[in-house]
Amino acid sequence: MLSKCVLRFTRLRQLPQSTSNHLLRDYSSDGKHRPERNKFNIRDEVLDGRPLYLDAQATTPLDPRVLDAMLPYLTNYYGNPHSRTHAYGWETEEAVEKARKQVASLISADPREIVFTSGATESNNLALKGVARFYSMKKKHIITTQTEHKCVLDSCRALEGEGFSVTYLPVQSNGIIDIKEFEKAITEHTSLVSIMTVNNEIGVKQPIADIGAICRAKKVFFHTDAAQAIGKIPINVNTMNIDLMSISGHKIYGPKGVGALYVRRRPRVRLEPIQSGGGQERGLRSGTVPAPLAVGIGEACEIAQREMAYDHKWMEFLSNRLLDKIMTALPQVIRNGDANQTYPGCVNLSFAYVEGESLLMALKDVALSSGSACTSASLEPSYVLRAIGTDEDLAHSSIRFGMGRFTTAEEVDYTAEKCIKHVERLREMSPLWEMIQEGIDIKTIQWSQH
Amino acid sequence: MATGEIRMKVLSLYKSLLRESQKFSSYNFRMYALRKIRDEFREKKLLTDPARIKEEINFAEKNLGIIKRQVIVGNLYSTEKLIIEKNN
Repeated sequence: MLSKCVLRFTRLRQLPQSTSNHLLRDYSSDGKHRPERNKFNIRDEVLDGRPLYLDAQATTPLDPRVLDAMLPYLTNYYGNPHSRTHAYGWETEEAVEKARKQVASLISADPREIVFTSGATESNNLALKGVARFYSMKKKHIITTQTEHKCVLDSCRALEGEGFSVTYLPVQSNGIIDIKEFEKAITEHTSLVSIMTVNNEIGVKQPIADIGAICRAKKVFFHTDAAQAIGKIPINVNTMNIDLMSISGHKIYGPKGVGALYVRRRPRVRLEPIQSGGGQERGLRSGTVPAPLAVGIGEACEIAQREMAYDHKWMEFLSNRLLDKIMTALPQVIRNGDANQTYPGCVNLSFAYVEGESLLMALKDVALSSGSACTSASLEPSYVLRAIGTDEDLAHSSIRFGMGRFTTAEEVDYTAEKCIKHVERLREMSPLWEMIQEGIDIKTIQWSQH
Repeated sequence: MATGEIRMKVLSLYKSLLRESQKFSSYNFRMYALRKIRDEFREKKLLTDPARIKEEINFAEKNLGIIKRQVIVGNLYSTEKLIIEKNN
């Protein structure tokens, strides 16, 4: 299938060049170009200005209010928060403890249950490896899902190497796990369940409260990676029975390089620390807490808590606007993931018969991604989309639109407009699209083997 | 403060906030600030409790300070304008 496309592309591109000698005069004499030659060409499109940013799941800009709270600790208040013998240490410690309260308040936890880390990846590693190793004498089974973030899956792989068994739960076609399947997967050897709150690629929300209730009833620890959910949807670790939760700073308009792990105190969850050192953060995460970053994530959490409803309403407005525009203008656009149980700031669409990477290249004036930033260097289709049963060709044609607090309606309009234009252009030159228009069912064709 | 005085104070704060926010060099921060200020004031227009009003005035003053400082920081490291700013 692909090779045919490539063939067609090269033919289109080469045709005018190879035949240019005798045709050249014809072009220049009447000053017109052959329509075919320029129909698909976007080389002359001059783009003046910086691209728009619509990749809020990869990272978000630092809120000026957060930076304002951090700046004093990047300049004059430079003490080590663990220094107990002088004022420089005390003032920084006070700021770090205030930040801990702000993070705890957002998830209705106790400040003593918050451990500052370097980000959600470290939090996930600490939670998974820490719990698994601590209870490894009695229990050696972990449950997670196929659509988790890479760092959870990779931690699980590492634990498999240490002799743990891991169940990778499949998800349904809407991206949500089957609660009954999940309940069946829990055994008496299960020590930990790790299921993310909001998926980073398709924005789907898992039924966290239900999962938490089952885990509590079966006395299994429940960890959730809430990097994409925190500050965006309401989370209460007590009513949802969450035992461990990973938080990231830079997904909530905070600084990069800081995160937090919530570790429940009652009933107590015990972890084996990964890092050895000075015993900071109750011995769970040695290393000096980066005070300016901690202050930043704290302030970001406070703002998120105060403005959650306001921001959420804006996300709904923007995503509906984007979806309306694209869906009315273009046929055969598929939304990946459940349309209702989702965080509206993340819209993942597959444009049938368009290759995602080509579309991303054409949309160079908008910063978009076809999936997670971690895997955007490879051309492999997303494993999340494969897990929800998306066809190979549709998985290749997906684009994630990530909107955030600072996205404007004009940006969404511009993106939708450009997207529609380029999808139409790419489909116009696709032989597959042509065949679909002629009523040929592509799935029934026997492609010859090369 | 008398009601008239409070009214004057709130109006002047509203104007200052909008005026300062216009100076954000970043398109996204500028548009957000303007939207947020308008929505906040509209939402709290009908407040009558003097204690709450005082609280909100303090909050607005604190944010005015943040905006003034962050406009300066933003201008120190400003970037090229966004594509939609240039084409409009």
